[in-house]
Amino acid sequence: MDMSEDILQQAAPGLLPGSGTARAAKPTRLSPSFISWLQAGPMMLVFLAFFLIPLVFVVIVSFWDYNEYQLLPAFSGRGYTDTFEGCIAQLPDLCTIGKTYLKTLKLCFLVWAITLFIGFWVAYFLAFHVKSKTWQMGLSLLCTIPFWTSNVIRMIAWIPLLGRNGLVNSGLVKTGLINHPIEWLLFSEFSVVLALVHLFTFFMVVPIFNSMVRIDKSLIEAAYDAGATGFQTLVNVIIPLAKPGIVIGSIFVITIVMGDFITIGVMGGQQIAAAGKIIETRVNALQFPAAAANAVILLVITFLIITMMSRIVDIKKEL
Amino acid sequence: MTETTRKTGVSRRTLLKGTAGFAGLAAGSGAITGFPYVKSADAKVLRYLGTAVNEGDDISKQCLKDTGIKIEYITATTDDVTKRVMTQPNSFDVLDTEYFSLKKIVPSGNILALDARKIKEFGNITPVFTKGETPGGKKIGGQGTAPWKVLYLEGKDSKKFATSATEFVTLIPTVYNADTLGIRPDLIKRPIGSWSELLNPEFKGKASILNIPSIGIMDAAMVVEATGKYKYADKGNMTKEEIDLTMKVMTEAKKAGQFRAFWKDFNESVNLMASGETVIQSMWSPAVTKVRSMGIPCTFQPLKEGYRSWASGFCVSKGVSGAKLEWAYEFVNWFLSGYAGAYLNRQGYYSAVLSTAKAHMEPYEWAYWMEGKPAEKDIKAPDGSLLEKAGAVRDGGSYEDRMGGVACWNAVMDENDYMVRKWNEFIAA
Repeated sequence: MDMSEDILQQAAPGLLPGSGTARAAKPTRLSPSFISWLQAGPMMLVFLAFFLIPLVFVVIVSFWDYNEYQLLPAFSGRGYTDTFEGCIAQLPDLCTIGKTYLKTLKLCFLVWAITLFIGFWVAYFLAFHVKSKTWQMGLSLLCTIPFWTSNVIRMIAWIPLLGRNGLVNSGLVKTGLINHPIEWLLFSEFSVVLALVHLFTFFMVVPIFNSMVRIDKSLIEAAYDAGATGFQTLVNVIIPLAKPGIVIGSIFVITIVMGDFITIGVMGGQQIAAAGKIIETRVNALQFPAAAANAVILLVITFLIITMMSRIVDIKKEL
Repeated sequence: MTETTRKTGVSRRTLLKGTAGFAGLAAGSGAITGFPYVKSADAKVLRYLGTAVNEGDDISKQCLKDTGIKIEYITATTDDVTKRVMTQPNSFDVLDTEYFSLKKIVPSGNILALDARKIKEFGNITPVFTKGETPGGKKIGGQGTAPWKVLYLEGKDSKKFATSATEFVTLIPTVYNADTLGIRPDLIKRPIGSWSELLNPEFKGKASILNIPSIGIMDAAMVVEATGKYKYADKGNMTKEEIDLTMKVMTEAKKAGQFRAFWKDFNESVNLMASGETVIQSMWSPAVTKVRSMGIPCTFQPLKEGYRSWASGFCVSKGVSGAKLEWAYEFVNWFLSGYAGAYLNRQGYYSAVLSTAKAHMEPYEWAYWMEGKPAEKDIKAPDGSLLEKAGAVRDGGSYEDRMGGVACWNAVMDENDYMVRKWNEFIAA
């Protein structure tokens, strides 16, 4: 078995049954590092063309000037200074950008914590309590049901449910539990978090499930034999081994929520600020450099969060 | 098909079949011109960029029938239309956009002004556009980007708006309307007569304003002025201090929980109103119609301070020339010739050339939509669905009353950049 297959086997054990022997029969020998480059090449090119190069443009444009109708390709920090307008003058009050990021981070943290909690237990159930592979597959497919309709329709569907005259409120009023409809069910932080959790829990379930199914069952038996309680096994065996999945899922959820403006817009009744929302307003007003500057700020902050998370778990090592 | 005839060894029978088919095709398309080889002439296709307001399948079908021009719609939101003109001027031929965006579009040099002399009905265009008054002589409020301020250019390639009439027209007028607040009379249960009611604590948690800065700020200004807190020199061109003041009033209301939600697109506004989440909000005429067609009472309430108006029209991309430019003129001329105007009038908008639209409408329709008279018969939408039962009267009454009551127009201000930043602050508050 050559190196590249070693890597493949590490990344997805059991994915290539028998392929090792089939390959060994061939006498051709390419240098292992060349093969690795070849394998990584297509993805790298796609990444370069559709991510890195556009990103460089965004950074460049963020330092341009602009007027009502065009970009002025001259160095200017206006996109940034406008964004932080009043941040010092308004102290100790927070300026717009400060308030916006605080709100975005708060929503992000809530969604992350809830999707992690739900996602972990759904994955746990699928990995350890569902024995047959068919059922595991079937049930994980069931988790994709929210993705069968468009994002916007899923969000709009909450309105007849949570609205002032919606199903939940009229149900509660009829049973006599409340006298007046609860207003904060819709167009509030509650509804934003609810919709985001509904949309993104799946992104947590999949990587955690993937980590969990790879845990050697004999480790759990060993823990049991050594007299560990269920809770001890969970904390000392399962959670540490599921960490890579937890971190990957967290990165998915955090990056999506940090940049979201549609869900926060629709479910928050367009009244809740979000980092993505600022970018959208700027783009719509044709103020591209200002939008780009905000995009760079968002990127830096998201990147910092992710760096912090990868400090906790070395994903590269764990994979 | 003619290719087969050139092949060697073609049987007489195939040849006959081929030619017969060919002849039939040519006859069918009315393209027999005496030439042995007929390649159908380049199809007359125009790519039409605009918002959904003027775009209807019925209009494009009728246009194809009357002129042979095939219209390919490219539909986008108001902001996206402007963005596209700036960034991809070659991706469309005809542009249908609002007058307030001209302050951005014209300096970019990406559009071509049309020649008024080539527009047959130009002389019959309503004086709303050319003089700023109704046909009955009522003066119309000109605050904001009123169309007559930006209708003409100084020269063919000029980027300056002319102060008097020239033959170079930025946008050939097509459609316009007077907007106001929409209300749910069944839930409010009392008459509403002023923009200030939007901030009335009575409707706490049940009001809404639209979250498109350049339109929302005008609604906000109407409200601030109506509450008597401030009188603007020009609502459509505020100073930084005026923007601060306007946003301060709105921010206080937002913090006090006055607004249930803000809306951004047509459907959101319909949902908010139809579900009873809001009872008073900024609204557009067809959205009110949509709520009403769901069987829910909704009024496009005339208010004593007047209406906020908007208008749109046609121009072409600077990349359009030659035959295509001629088709564009043909299309614009067709658009003003009546069918489309009547179609728009029946949706509650107003057409730029009233005389041709009138000729395409039934007298009872004209009386209801334009003269503010009670409907003699049931009023139907262009698609045939019932809009109003006989006896109903249009909200706001006649054309003269509604357009004559316009106080300001959608606007792009000199301080637009500052305003957008303040608007973001308002949303974040």
